Formats: sequence, structure tokens, C-alpha cells
Amino acid sequence: MTTTAERTPGPDDDLIMKVTDVEKYFPIMSKGVIRHHVGDVKAVDGISFNLRRNETLGLVGESGCGKSTTGRALLHLQPATAGSIVFDGHELTTLSQRAMRPLRRDIQIVFQDPYASLDPRMPVNSIVGEAMRIHGLWNKESTERIRVLLGLVGLNPEHGNRFPHEFSGGQRQRIGIARALALEPKVLVLDEPVSALDVSIQAGVINLLEDLKNRLGLAYIFIAHDLSVVRHISDRVAVMYLGKIVEIADTSELFERPAHPYTQSLLSAIPLPDPRRERARERILLTGDVPSPANPPSGCRFRTRCPKFANQLDDSQREQCVNEIPALDDRGMGHDVACHYAEVVDILA
Amino acid sequence: MTELLDVRDGTDPGTSVAVLDVDDLNVRFPTSDGVVHAVRGVSYRLQPGEVLGIVGESGSGKSVTSMAVMGLLGKSARVTGSIKFRGRELLGMGDRDMSGVRGRGIAMVFQDPMTSLNPVYKIGHQLAEALQTHVPDMSDDDARRRSLELLDLVGIPDAKQRVDQYPHEFSGGMRQRVVIAIAMANQPDVIIADEPTTALDVTVQAQVLDVLRAAQRETHSAIVLITHDLGVVAGMADRVMVMYAGRPVELGSVEDIYYRPRMPYTVGLLGSLPRVDIGERQRLTPIQGSPPSLLNLPPGCPFTPRCPMSRPNCETEEPLFRSVGAEHGAACHYSEELRDLEHSAEIFDVTSTDAGLPSDDGPQAIDPLKDGPVGSTPEPPRDDDDGARIPTSELGTPAGDRPHLEAPANEGPGYQ
Ligand SMILES: Nc1ncnc2c1ncn2[C@@H]1O[C@H](COP(=O)(O)OP(=O)(O)OP(=O)(O)O)[C@@H](O)[C@H]1O
Ligand SMILES: Nc1ncnc2c1ncn2[C@@H]1O[C@H](COP(=O)(O)OP(=O)(O)OP(=O)(O)O)[C@@H](O)[C@H]1O
Ligand code: SF4
Ligand code: SF4
Ligand SMILES: [Mg+2]
Ligand SMILES: [Mg+2]
Repeated sequence: MTTTAERTPGPDDDLIMKVTDVEKYFPIMSKGVIRHHVGDVKAVDGISFNLRRNETLGLVGESGCGKSTTGRALLHLQPATAGSIVFDGHELTTLSQRAMRPLRRDIQIVFQDPYASLDPRMPVNSIVGEAMRIHGLWNKESTERIRVLLGLVGLNPEHGNRFPHEFSGGQRQRIGIARALALEPKVLVLDEPVSALDVSIQAGVINLLEDLKNRLGLAYIFIAHDLSVVRHISDRVAVMYLGKIVEIADTSELFERPAHPYTQSLLSAIPLPDPRRERARERILLTGDVPSPANPPSGCRFRTRCPKFANQLDDSQREQCVNEIPALDDRGMGHDVACHYAEVVDILA
Repeated sequence: MTELLDVRDGTDPGTSVAVLDVDDLNVRFPTSDGVVHAVRGVSYRLQPGEVLGIVGESGSGKSVTSMAVMGLLGKSARVTGSIKFRGRELLGMGDRDMSGVRGRGIAMVFQDPMTSLNPVYKIGHQLAEALQTHVPDMSDDDARRRSLELLDLVGIPDAKQRVDQYPHEFSGGMRQRVVIAIAMANQPDVIIADEPTTALDVTVQAQVLDVLRAAQRETHSAIVLITHDLGVVAGMADRVMVMYAGRPVELGSVEDIYYRPRMPYTVGLLGSLPRVDIGERQRLTPIQGSPPSLLNLPPGCPFTPRCPMSRPNCETEEPLFRSVGAEHGAACHYSEELRDLEHSAEIFDVTSTDAGLPSDDGPQAIDPLKDGPVGSTPEPPRDDDDGARIPTSELGTPAGDRPHLEAPANEGPGYQ
């Protein structure tokens, strides 16, 4: 067990969630009549972080790095295969689904696709109120409460008897958020909540999420691949690569003083909507593709694409990258980074 | 000053040397509900070797415009106007002539590379086929040699081995590079790329854009780059066309569009973007509501229901596309008022609501969070167990009485 999770500053009673060495492996079975376990997709491979009350933790990384799997493990929807998740004093990983049920109220999730995640046959009032019914919380004030919830997410409460197809994409996402808020959760896992929306509409949903957090004291796990959105909304950010967190820091620290070569390449790859700045930049271009999580490289998982490994290290240094998994540690830069040769480079200056 | 100058490229139409000259293009789709007027008068002129970025909301007609240019719309589409490629009219051209133009004259790159690749043929075969279709006497050896060169150019490692593999053995980013290699194969005058990097991760996108730039250096093709990513356009385009509800609403140099926008929709689009390169947290200015249906579009400016500057005449008169500066045009009755704008928040709200239905007239049907004093956002409750709950005082309170959630209006992003 590492002690990474404890290293994050802040008083402990402020913690709402503590994640330690969580793994989620998906077994790979052989084909044929008798199926053998021949390996694992190591979708999430030992991650640790804390979430404080009223904090937004951004989780970023490229497709397939394990963001959604992490989100589902936190909700105990797809239980972790190892590690510990303590939520508000309860260890979730060992709970049965039944014992988990009362805690479900406290951790809710909003999915990316505003089209697929709402039942098209149900009017909005029923969609938002469904969870209250399921949890046996329906009472005579619930109807009014749904109106308040719709108003809270910036929709017109009069539209509660309409069906999802009558709403725009951004509005459907707001309905999903109202549904998630119905049980007054403490933590909201937002899995790419604005990725499917046009930018002009995405902005309204981002503003809404900011307002709700301040107003209701929520904590968010905000999953996204768009680093601009993540910088905008997060208090702290964790960068994932191939099932591991490679760097975690307060938002301004991460964007101004990135120390992991992967974080640096990600930041340098984001196109800036500002022609003069965009054209004046130098890019760190990565080569190759992300390796398979079923068979990740030894040592540092980023080494097959790491520009530092390829261009700056000598053979003995490379040997360390190949043989030794870099721990997520503070290497003198004031925040945790998983690279043997971490070094701050200001990419966005 | 409001003369209808030809701002499509700032040149006199008579002397233009444009490779592609699109004039008053209209596309209508008859459907069982009525006619969808998807493209409503698009005009642009593409100069040799230039990159024209086309941006706009989903459904604004970007793809249909390009499909019309390529002659790829279905039989039901009714297309009018003119599309001239090197002076030759493409509209109404027969299938055989048109397939001659495709590939050698104008090549296309789609978002999904498998639109252009055939899963059952090796990559090398598909490249050679593209080459030999247009130069029938090219020998197989020459075709293979050239294919390898092209794969090298688009950064496929071990091209010698890779050329004999099938598309499914390639990653998404590599497939898109192969498609670019095929598009380049015949040194076309124009490459139309429709969201070529949208499905790719940002590090792979950076590689593919780099390849597209290299392809352009090599072929001197002009590029029409369609994307919803204003960052990509900022880095790649010489000129930008902003589309809304099937027509161009602003066209100008990349600097005009980003630093001197003269159409409220463009202003709103830029103000909606979170910026990764700006440290302090700024409130975004969304555009409320959603774009209109292109079925039976009402008269007037189609942006009226969402426009914070709209006035009564906007509802009745659709603004003409006019010159607002050298080689800069916009379609707005009041673009003059945006001349000294520094901040999207000067005209757009930093709101977080969206209360109208898409079918309603305006997005402002009701705005339950909008009354109350500015800046009275309550401190979030923190410590006790009820802290994370919706404060009970809010439950059952009439919607209008709840505190205002907006930040002060001066926190929106600027342009520079
Ligand atoms: N049920 C499953 N069975 C097997 N493998 C899975 C399963 N779910 C996810 N994976 C694999 O786990 C890895 C992580 O997937 P995950 O969906 O968490 O990624 P992500 O970071 O959310 O990506 P994206 O940005 O594309 O949503 C991927 O390689 C994926 O293929
Ligand atoms: N065959 C068709 N029949 C009827 N309507 C169509 C047809 N093809 C496109 N449309 C409509 O034309 C409009 C413009 O579509 P288009 O695909 O050009 O949008 P776009 O700007 O490319 O959007 P996106 O960013 O989502 O790709 C849309 O409203 C679309 O529904
Ligand atoms: S440990 Fe080595 S390979 Fe990994 S990121 Fe650091 S320098 Fe690169
Ligand atoms: S014409 Fe009127 S409604 Fe249209 S963009 Fe200009 S001000 Fe707004
Ligand atoms: Mg995901
Ligand atoms: Mg399109």
C-alpha cells in the first residue's frame, strides 16, 4: 500500500471520499468450449486520490485510459477488483449491492449522452421523480420539489409534463442533472457531461454546474477529455494514462507547472482559439499510439511514447524507465507526479 | 458602406482566379413534414492554396454544403445556384465527368475514415487504385513506390510493412492518415476535410493536423476545413466562414473573426469557450436557446430568438450579407454596434439557465433564477451532515424568490 492518498493537504474531516489503490481488471477469456482466464484488461490499475467536500476533481486523459471505469467503480456500479473506496466513513468495496443502496442516494452519476440516458417514453416529471419513488421518499411535497429541481437546473418547471424529445441536447443534459440531484447527493460523478454539446450550449451547462456546486455544497468528480473545460471547472485535476494517475495537482499548479511529460504533451496539443497565440506555439508531438491496457509496457507505461525518454535520457536512465514503475510522489515540485525524471515545464506561457 | 461589396474574397468577381467558386448555393430536402431548406444561399470563393475554415453549430449546413460541392447528395436533394471548379460548372454535370473531378480535382476527408476505406482491401491496394484511376498508365511498381512515399509523408511508421495490411490493423489516427494520403494521391486542387480530427484524441489530432499541413505543403492544395473546434481553425485557417441556420453569417480573415467579430452569433460562440491558456476563472457567456428548425423557417434573422441585440425589425427582415471591412463581411443589421466590442459579456449574459423549448419563440419563456440582487450567491454550507443537501429553505420557495446565481457581468472572457 502506498500512502499517496494521505499526502494531499487539507484537514481529514473535510474528506468525503478517499480512494486508495483501486484496481478494476476485466478478465480476458480464451475462446472455445472450455474458457480459460488468459489475462486481464487492466482498465484501472492502482489509483489513489481524495475528494473533499465542495471540491471539483477533474479526471482527464485520452480515450480508453480508464476514466469511466473509475467513475463506475466509485459508484459501486462495477465494483473495483482491488483497493479501497471510503465514502463518508463507509468502505464501499466490500458492501453488497443491497447494503450499498442507502448510500446510492449520496453518490449520483450524470452520463455523456443526453439522448440515450433518458427514457423517451417518460415525461420529465417522472424521470426526475423516479428515484424518489424507488427510494420510498415520495410524499405530498415531491411534486413541488420536482418543480424546484427543474427551476434549479435552469429549465421551465411548466415543461415538466413534456417528453425528452421536445428538449434540445443541452436541456436534456439539464434534465439528467435534475434527476441526479433529486436525492440530494453529496457527490456527483459527471462523466463527460458536456462533450456531446455544441460549445454555445455547453457553456450554459458548465455555468449551471458551477452554480449548483456553490449553492448546494456538492463535490464533483468531473470526467472529461477536454482540458479547457477541465481547467475552467476544476479545483484539482488528476491526469490518467493507461489506467494510472500520472500527475495530480491543484488546477493552477497543474496547468502552470506540469511536471509529467504526458501532461506536458497533452497541454501542448490543445489548440488555442486565439490565432496569434496558437501560431506562435511550439508543439510537443507524440509518436505512436496508446498501448493496449491488456499488455501495458513494463516500468513506466508512458515510455513507448515519451518524448523525454526518446530524446533526452541516456541509456542508464532509460533502463530505470523500463524496469521501475514510477510512483506517484512529490518529487520536489509541490505536487504528485509519476515520472522518474519529472521536471516542470511551462507549456501554456 | 453597406453596399453589397463582393467580400467573398475581396477581389473583383471578374478577375478572380479562384479554384472553387460557390455562388448562392441552396439545398432543399423534400420530406414528409415539408421542405428542409438546409443550405440557404452559401457563397464563397476559394483561392489556390488557401485554407478556409467553416464553423457553426450542429445542423447549420456545413456538411450538406460540402456534399453538394462533391456531388454526393442523394437524388432527392434539390440544389440550385452555382459551383464552379476552375471555371467549370459542377452543378448538373454528368456522373462520369463528376467522378473525374472527385479525387483528382477535389478530394474529400470525412470524420470517420472508414467512409473512405474499404475493409476488405489492403491499404496499398487502395492507394494504388486511387493513383491508377486518375493516371491509368501508371505501372504497378510506380504505384507501389508512390504509395510508400505517401505513407511516409503522412507519418505511418514501417510503411513497407504497413502497406500490405488491412484497415482494421490500423488505429483510428493511422486510418485517418491513410485517408489523407489517398486524398493527396493525385495532388488535387482542393481537399475538403469534414471534421477530420473530431473522433481523435487530442495528441493524435495534433499529429493528424500536422500531416494535413505537410500534405498541403506538398500538394499546394486549397483546403476547406470543416470543424466545430475553434482552436483547430485558429491554427489552420487563413479565412473563416461562420454558418448559422444554413447560411454564412460572417466571413473574414482568421484575425477578423477572432479579434474583430461583427456578428452577435460569432461573438457568442467565442464567449462560450473555456480557455485553457487563461488562468483566472472567467464566467462563460452561453448563447441561450437552440438553433431554429430549417423546416418552414420564419422570416427575419434566424438568430433573433437567441440574440441579445435583436430589435423588432430583426424579426421581419433577414439581414443581407454586407461588407463590414476589407475582405470582411457579416449578416447583421447592427454589426456596426459591435465595432468597439471588447468583451462578449457586453452583450451576452453570463447566465446558467435555458428555459425555453426549442419550439418556443424565445429561450426566455421563464428564467426562474434571474431575479434578485447581483452577487448574492450564498456561501455554500460546508461542515455538518446536511451541508451537502439542498437547503430546505429552497424547497417549496416560489421559483422567482430564489437568489440570483449569476456572477457580475464583467467576468466574461475577452477576445485577446
Ligand atoms: N466491460 C468491459 N470489459 C472489458 N474491457 C472494458 C470494459 N469496460 C471498459 N473496458 C476497457 O477498459 C479500458 C478503459 O475504458 P474506459 O471506458 O474507462 O475509458 P475512458 O477513459 O472512459 O475512455 P473514453 O474517453 O473513450 O470514454 C478500455 O481499454 C476499455 O476498452
Ligand atoms: N437527406 C436529408 N434530408 C433532410 N434533411 C437533411 C438531409 N441531410 C441533412 N439534412 C438537414 O440539413 C441540415 C444541415 O445538416 P448538415 O449535416 O449540413 O449540418 P452540419 O452543419 O454538418 O452539422 P454537424 O456539425 O452536426 O455535422 C440539418 O438540419 C439536417 O438535419
Ligand atoms: S518515467 Fe521515464 S518514460 Fe516515464 S514519463 Fe518519466 S521520463 Fe518518460
Ligand atoms: S440582425 Fe438582429 S437578430 Fe440578427 S444578429 Fe443582428 S441584431 Fe441579432
Ligand atoms: Mg469514458
Ligand atoms: Mg457535419
